[in-house]
Amino acid sequence: MSGAKMVVQALIDQGVDTVFGYPGGAVLPIYDEIFLQNSIKHFLVRHEQGAVHAAEAYARSTGKPGVVLVTSGPGATNAVTGLTDALMDSIPLVVLTGQVPTFMIGSDAFQEADTVGITRPCTKHNWLVKDTNALANTLHTAFHVACSGRPGPVLVDIPKDVQFANGTYEGPAKMKSHYQPQLKGDLDAITALVAAMETAQKPIFYTGGGVINSGPVASQLLRELVEATNFPITSTLMGLGCYPGNGDNWLGMLGMHGLYEANMAMHDCDLMINIGARFDDRITGRLDSFSPGSTKAHIDIDASSINKVIRVDIPILGDVAHVLEDMLKVWKARGRETNSKALKTWWAEIDGWRKIRCLDYAADSKVIKPQYALERLEALTKDHDRYITTEVGQHQMWAAQYMTFNDPNRWMTSGGLGTMGYGVPASIGAQVAHPSSLVINVAGEASWLMNMQEMGTAMQYGLPVKQFILNNERLGMVRQWQELLHGERYSQSWSESLPDFVKLAEAFGAKGILCSDPADLDEAIMEMLAFDGPVIFDCLVEKHENCFPMIPSGKAHNEMLLGDAAIKGAIDASGSVLV
Amino acid sequence: MNALNITKGMSSKSAYNLRSGHADLNERHTLAVIVANEPGVLARVIGLFSGRGYNIESLTVAEVDHEGHTSRITIVTSGTPQIIEQIKAQLGRIIPVYDVHDLTVEGPSVERELSLFKVSGKGEKRVEALRLADVFRANVVDSTLDSFTFEVVGSPEKIDAFADLMRPLGLSEMARTGVAALSRG
Repeated sequence: MSGAKMVVQALIDQGVDTVFGYPGGAVLPIYDEIFLQNSIKHFLVRHEQGAVHAAEAYARSTGKPGVVLVTSGPGATNAVTGLTDALMDSIPLVVLTGQVPTFMIGSDAFQEADTVGITRPCTKHNWLVKDTNALANTLHTAFHVACSGRPGPVLVDIPKDVQFANGTYEGPAKMKSHYQPQLKGDLDAITALVAAMETAQKPIFYTGGGVINSGPVASQLLRELVEATNFPITSTLMGLGCYPGNGDNWLGMLGMHGLYEANMAMHDCDLMINIGARFDDRITGRLDSFSPGSTKAHIDIDASSINKVIRVDIPILGDVAHVLEDMLKVWKARGRETNSKALKTWWAEIDGWRKIRCLDYAADSKVIKPQYALERLEALTKDHDRYITTEVGQHQMWAAQYMTFNDPNRWMTSGGLGTMGYGVPASIGAQVAHPSSLVINVAGEASWLMNMQEMGTAMQYGLPVKQFILNNERLGMVRQWQELLHGERYSQSWSESLPDFVKLAEAFGAKGILCSDPADLDEAIMEMLAFDGPVIFDCLVEKHENCFPMIPSGKAHNEMLLGDAAIKGAIDASGSVLV
Repeated sequence: MNALNITKGMSSKSAYNLRSGHADLNERHTLAVIVANEPGVLARVIGLFSGRGYNIESLTVAEVDHEGHTSRITIVTSGTPQIIEQIKAQLGRIIPVYDVHDLTVEGPSVERELSLFKVSGKGEKRVEALRLADVFRANVVDSTLDSFTFEVVGSPEKIDAFADLMRPLGLSEMARTGVAALSRG
C-alpha cells in the first residue's frame, strides 16, 4: 500500500469522517487518495489557520479529535497559531503536513520548512516519518497521544517520497505506546478531600476545561456532586457548560472579568476544590492574596499543572470523571455528610454578593449597548439547539457573562492563547459537526476581519453560520486598557476603513443585516435566525463601553471594579507591567 | 515516576507566593532522564529548559541500551524547590521520556566527569604541573616538549580544583564532558 493510501486508511480506521485542509505540492499524493474515496469528507478552507481552528471547534463540540491536512512550508507555518491555540486549551488535534522528499530535506528546497522543529514547542508531540513502513503505526500513535491524558495537538510530517513509496499497513490494534497516563486518582488523597468537604464551612467548586475534556460523564458526575452537597460552583471561561448556567448553585464565571459573587466566594472560601482548571493568571489575580484562608484541592490529569503557580494542600492526579466517581463513592460510603448549618450561612453571604448585581449596566434607548445585544441574543436563541463560538476581546467576555451555557461542548472560545480570528473558522467547524444546529459566532469587528476569508468556506459547503458582530469600530479591550493604564492615549486601537459588512456579506453570497437602533434589534435577530444560510450581522454598538466587572492587573479577587466610576487609579505601576 | 513530591499541609492554608520566603533558595539537582532514542528528543528536552526559562548547568547524553533504544540524559540544573518540581513534572510530560530520576533527593549517588587539560610551560612550571597532576591522579594522554595534556576524572569539584591549580601553570585549553551520575547501590 502506498504511504498516501495508508494515511487515508489510517484515518478511516480511526473513525475519522471529516478533514479540514488545503492542498499543495507536498501533499498531492494524499489529496489524490482523498479524491478516490468516499468515507472521508474534506472541507477546503481558505487559509490553513482556518483549518486548524475549524478542527478545534469540531473537536470541542463533538469530543472527537479534529483532523487537519496541509502542505509543507507555508501550509505548516500557517497552522502554527492554531496548534499553539489548541495546545493552550488542551484540544485534541491530529495535523498532517506534507514535507519535501526525504532526500531534499535540509537543502532549502521549495516550500521546505523545518516543520517538526518549528512545531515542537506548540504540539503535544510531533513526528517526521522517514519510512513508509513506520507511517501507519505513527499515525495510530498520533491519535492515541492526542486523545490520551491531557489532550492536545499532534503533528505528523510526511515527506512526499514516503507518500509515494509502498509499505505494509498495520491497523490500530497493533499500535503499542508506553504513553498511558494515570486515570484513577489516589484513594487516600480522595478520602482526604472528602473529609475536608464534610466539615468545610465555606466550600467552593472551581471548575475548568478539564471537566469538559474528560467527557460528558464528568459533567454528569459533577452535577450529581453539586446537587448532593449543595456547594456553590464557579467555572473558568474554558469550563462554561460543565455545570448548567441556569442551575441554582451556579455563581457564574470567575476571574478577571468574572462575576463579583464568584470572585468574592473564591477569595473568602475555606475549601477550594479545583476540578480540571489550572490557576491561570486570568483567574488568580494577585498571587499572594489569592484565596488566603482556604485549603486547596486540585484534581488534574497533568502533573505539571499541580503546584505550578498555586501550592495546593490536596493534589489529586487523575482524570476528572474517574476522580469524581470515586469522590462520590467515598462521600456516600462515609455517610453523605456536609456541614449544612455552616453552608446555610455561606449561601446567605453569597446571596449578599449576588445582590450587588454586578452585571447591571446603564441602559440606553438610542444606542445599542453590547450587553443589551447579547442579552437579546440570549433570550431569542436560548431554546435553540445552539453552539456559540467567539473571537477574542470584550465581546468574548460579554458573551461569557450574558449568555447561558447549560451543557458542555456548546461553547468554543480561544481561552489560553486569546487568538483573535478564532471565531469565524470555529463556527464553521462547529457547524460541520452539527449541520442542523444553530451556530453563532459572537464577534468584534476587528477580530472578525482576521479570518473573514473563511466565509467562502461557509458558502461553499452551505454552512448557515451566523456571524454576530458587535461593531464598536474599536479594538475594544485594547481601548479599555489604554483608558485604564495609558492615559487615554488610544494608540492604533480604532478600526478605520471598515468594510460595509452588508455589502461584504452580499459579495460572498451571504445575507447581511445592519442594526443600529435598540428598538429594531429583536426583529433583526429574528431575521438572522430565520434565514437559512450564512448571515453577517453588523450590530453597531456603543463605541466606548468598558467590560466590567474587572479585577485590575496586580489586584486580588476582592478588589474588583464594578463600573466606570471606580476606575481612576485602579491599577498601579506594578500592575501595569502585567498583561 | 512520582512528580508530586508534596507533603500535606505544606501551604499551611496560606496563599502560596512564588516570590518570597523559602522559595528564594536555589538548589542544585542532578536529574537522570531516561528517554526513547529517537530523533529530536534532545531538542525537546533542551527546548523545554530554554522555553520555560530553567537553568542547565551541565548536560550529557548517550545511548545506554541499544536493544531497548533508550538514552540517558543527565542534567544538572538549579532552581527553587518549586521550580525543580516543575522541571521534573514538565520533563515527565514529554512523550518519549520514560522516566525522570532526581538523584539529589533519591538517596546517595555518585557523579563523575571527564576532563582534558592542555598545560603549556617550561622549566619549573612544567615540573610543578606534572607533580600536581600526579596528586590528582591525572593521566598524561599527550605530551610535547613544551606542553602536557592531562586527563582528569572525578567529581565536578575535583575538576574545578585542578583547573584552579593549572591556571597559573600555563593552562591554555580545557574540555569537560559534563556530569554522568548514578544512584549508589
